[in-house]
Amino acid sequence: MSIQFHKETFRGDYSFHNSERAIKRFPFPFDKDSYMYAVNMEQHRGGPADSIYEKRFDVDEHYISEMDDRAMVLADDPLRCQSLPHMTLAGWDLLELIMVSKSEDYPDLFELHRNGDQWRWINKPLGIDDSFTFMDETTLPYGPMEYITRQTQGDFCVLDQRDDNLWMDAGMVTTQADWSLDFDIGMNFFEWHAPVPLAHEKGIFVRALKFLLNIQQGAPARRLNWTMTVNPLLDTSPENYHKWGIQKTTLTPENIAAKQHLRVELQTFFRLPRSNALVFPIRCYLCAFQDLMTVPKWGRRLHRVIRDLPVELATYKGFIDNRPMMLDYLSQFDDGQPTSLGIWPDLDTEPPLKSA
Amino acid sequence: MSKFEFPPSIKSRPVWGTLEARAGKHHLMIADAEGAEAILGIATPELMANTHIIYIPAGTDYAARLSALKPAQFYEGPSYAAAVTRIQRVLQDAHMGLQVYLTGTEGLMGQAMHEAMQAGIPHTAIQTEHRGSVARRMQCVHCKGITENVETDPFVCSHCGLNLFVRDHYSRRLAAYQGVCIDAEDPGNVPEPKGIYE
Ligand code: HEM
Repeated sequence: MSIQFHKETFRGDYSFHNSERAIKRFPFPFDKDSYMYAVNMEQHRGGPADSIYEKRFDVDEHYISEMDDRAMVLADDPLRCQSLPHMTLAGWDLLELIMVSKSEDYPDLFELHRNGDQWRWINKPLGIDDSFTFMDETTLPYGPMEYITRQTQGDFCVLDQRDDNLWMDAGMVTTQADWSLDFDIGMNFFEWHAPVPLAHEKGIFVRALKFLLNIQQGAPARRLNWTMTVNPLLDTSPENYHKWGIQKTTLTPENIAAKQHLRVELQTFFRLPRSNALVFPIRCYLCAFQDLMTVPKWGRRLHRVIRDLPVELATYKGFIDNRPMMLDYLSQFDDGQPTSLGIWPDLDTEPPLKSA
Repeated sequence: MSKFEFPPSIKSRPVWGTLEARAGKHHLMIADAEGAEAILGIATPELMANTHIIYIPAGTDYAARLSALKPAQFYEGPSYAAAVTRIQRVLQDAHMGLQVYLTGTEGLMGQAMHEAMQAGIPHTAIQTEHRGSVARRMQCVHCKGITENVETDPFVCSHCGLNLFVRDHYSRRLAAYQGVCIDAEDPGNVPEPKGIYE
């Protein structure tokens, strides 16, 4: 299916919007009516046709506009993309992984022609046609990680593996849920996760790290994470929090349906061949409450999850003050009927909302 | 002088130890202010015969007592910034078997540890002991400026002037804790500053 790319903004007038198709394939992150942190990882081996799981690196209608937004963030703050000196090889690994995956998965959008170390990369949506020498940095306009992640939706952390730990030694981070690459770069798995409540005590990070250290090349894994964002703002960085934080206070019962967004991250994990590094793409999907409510199952479930979420999580995710207003809105979409297991919308089998 | 007991915290926050004399051919001790007490506590003539002390008094008067220990080398500097190139130079010569001891404020230990790690010494091999002020070295996450010796929470960024709250999230690379705007969601509503551990 050919993608109609939107011309839209994630700042200022916030013209971002989801098509019907994008709503149907939105990665709703709750597989049951309650939520708690868990080691929720599975193999990343495709998924239902046209779902966000289908391809290795999902490309959707927001692609071009997201890349424009990334370029603006980087122009304001080059520290959002950093790579410690020993990570250049991992950058080439990542460039290869993305170019090969995208050209195979979307042959009508991307082409990769390789002749020994002479490579030609064609990115039709962004109008790029570059020839370069693989492993020769001087033949690209940026370092390899920056070059390819300026053309790929989602944030990227590139983790060096040593001493039975993972080290955040490189990254491209412009669509983050309120954490700073510049501050966290060089930290290990437990250190960068330090601010997360409850999960350390539950042993989640110890088990998660064990899983990650054993990920093999060609056998990627994935998980979903989520938070809440007022306005479809991609760059919810701590760096700019003094500018965007105030937007959380602009929510009213009248505008909440359109302004409040569920923010879901599709997180994947790939082993890289030459460097043995692990790459962690964090792909952000946004969906307005009013669009989520078009799926009856999601309406019922989101109300229950947000209502019963532990205070620590609502506080950490930054929406504790707005939770009562969210619940007033969401409760209209919860008629008390049971919901089917799993994250999919199940539009054909789940009953419509019973009017009160 | 009694040592300050830091309350339990998150996993990025450094945990400081207690210095002990270890076997080694060479010993490098870097200290500021009351850190001198920790050195005085472990000093023996044998240890001092192979020890280089780099000391920043920061307004205290321990320097004479340290130099009276007759270390192999003794340097007294006016500030960490003034001493840092010397520290880097000494670490360049760090051989296997060099023992590194850091003691005093968190800012001093954090920065000197960063230099030692740059020189290839794993942070787990470096001994530390906190003494004296519990002030923190803070990075403003917004403007990236570092404010030294922050004693209160919240505090005003010495670079951009934002009102910042003091997080426990700590970066070894920056040798700093993170400061984040406290009144972003309610401009002007800044609580009265209190001591960080009050
Ligand atoms: C190696 C890849 C990973 C990277 C680079 C990464 C990075 C991060 C970062 C930077 C944060 C924000 C922490 C903050 O508040 O400053 C975070 C949060 C979190 N991470 Fe990870 N993470 C990784 C893998 C995992 C895995 C495998 C799990 C599995 C359980 C996990 C669970 C969590 C949880 C539960 C949170 C809190 C999220 C929330 O409530 O919104 N992470 N992660």
